[in-house]
Amino acid sequence: MTLQRSFTATARQAGDLADYNFAFLDEQTKRMIRRAILKAVAIPGYQVPFGSREMPLPYGWGTGGMQVTAAVIGSGDVLKVIDQGADDTTNAVSIRRFFQRMTGVATTEKTREATLIQTRHRVPETPLSENQILVYQVPIPEPLRWLEPRESETRKMHGLSEYGVMHVKLYEDISRHGHISTAYDYPVMVNGRYLMRCSPIPKFDTPKLHMNAALQLFGAGREKRIYAVPPYTEVKPLDFEDHPFQIERWPQTCALCDASDSFLDEVILDDAGSRMFVCSDTDYCHGRQQAGHHGRMAAPYREGAAE
Amino acid sequence: MTDIPLLEVEKLRKSFGRQIACRDVTFELWPGEVLGIVGESGSGKSTLLNCLASRLPVDAGAIRYRLAGGDSVDLVAASEAQKRHLMRTEWGFVQQHARDGLRMDFSAGANIGERLMALGGRHYGDLRQAALDWMTAVEMPPDRVDDLPRVFSGGMQQRLQIARNLVTRPRIVLMDEPTGGLDVSVQARLLDLIRRLVQDYHLAVIIVTHDLGVARLLADRLMVMRHGEVVETGLTDQLLDDPQHAYTQLLVSSVLGV
Repeated sequence: MTLQRSFTATARQAGDLADYNFAFLDEQTKRMIRRAILKAVAIPGYQVPFGSREMPLPYGWGTGGMQVTAAVIGSGDVLKVIDQGADDTTNAVSIRRFFQRMTGVATTEKTREATLIQTRHRVPETPLSENQILVYQVPIPEPLRWLEPRESETRKMHGLSEYGVMHVKLYEDISRHGHISTAYDYPVMVNGRYLMRCSPIPKFDTPKLHMNAALQLFGAGREKRIYAVPPYTEVKPLDFEDHPFQIERWPQTCALCDASDSFLDEVILDDAGSRMFVCSDTDYCHGRQQAGHHGRMAAPYREGAAE
Repeated sequence: MTDIPLLEVEKLRKSFGRQIACRDVTFELWPGEVLGIVGESGSGKSTLLNCLASRLPVDAGAIRYRLAGGDSVDLVAASEAQKRHLMRTEWGFVQQHARDGLRMDFSAGANIGERLMALGGRHYGDLRQAALDWMTAVEMPPDRVDDLPRVFSGGMQQRLQIARNLVTRPRIVLMDEPTGGLDVSVQARLLDLIRRLVQDYHLAVIIVTHDLGVARLLADRLMVMRHGEVVETGLTDQLLDDPQHAYTQLLVSSVLGV
């Protein structure tokens, strides 16, 4: 109960935190995480170990991303939190509220207005700019983990750039399904050196990592690793010469905003098999509807209705 | 055979605590030669093989290997990167249990292609063709290229393991009891296959076995080990027909006749 009260208290008087430090973590911890981030930025794609802290939510809910966010957030930042592309799902709402309470920073749902974006499973459709930071929540940072269970061995493989086995997995995909069926968490080579797992984003988003203007940070809380893709870094998905990397395509455009260039979620509407395809990035979808685009299932847009 | 040995092992020493597994083992291996290492369980045969393959750190001694380019390299002193590269290209290792040497969750084709992909093979069609060719070369039905190793019989798993090793055309193949645990008819076919491959690809082979019959059939030369020491070496027929050392005599006389 006291905990609950102190949370609320800090929320009300952010900036004057009696019980909690700014952004929850103590300054020593933030300094340690920043050091790890600097190292990660210096060696793109390399997994830097860090002393992951206990966060007030379970592992697997974004503790790694939150620690990275807490270490880089400043009082002037504008925070956006996405979960599966949406700003209004449980995970996104809780994390956003957590940082609101612990820092008092402004939050937004608009990708363009944000300076710091924490994300789970998606990269925003709106292109990012140089003054933005994208923080990914990562469950398993090691791309070779399911192929080689020994940590000592995977480190050696990274050290010697022995990544042939990753292609064995893609070979297996093609021989079983006729095409590379890995659809998310697609393995990429960063800066021509390190093999990296880009967290469970759909492979649709993988090309967005390449030469992105924003700084991209990856935090894995349970596995205690931080890695990074600095702005304008080469990120190349693995593939075969005769089976090049391809992103997903959909049979329809977004039912609400008619977008043909965004990642679509398939929503089953009834037991008769009817379905709709809708943008997973809610901000992008709202923006397009406001700009006058209408899909075939969209209600006529009214000012203020989206809020 | 040429005058220069492919592999020179000098005073190789390996112990596990107080237990000495290899005591000053010295021998040479020439290109295209099949060397058999025989001895009872616990005599240090497999440890020796693992040391040669850089799977175990060596306590003392030298393992000089002549590279395809002609230069000589001491594997004891070589860098990890160079050793691992050699083991994947110019060397092969066939395990006694196929499940140790195969990726059991990946199809036969992927298993055969792994070394090629590690060396930069990035064309699916070519990799698949290589897999099919090697399936044929080791007398496996090519139409089972997409099957998982676990659905293969023991003999076929062993063939697959051999194919997976030979795909980069190694110069030395180490075999640890390759026919152990197989029934005699399958064993005979596998031995025939190994004999043919050794000839076709001019392989140098070190084969560890406790089966003197296998040694007689495959090996040109034999090395008898006991308590980590080499007690006798010689041409296979000579050594088996006229054993000099008391232990070799015991070993030869222990073979059951049919």
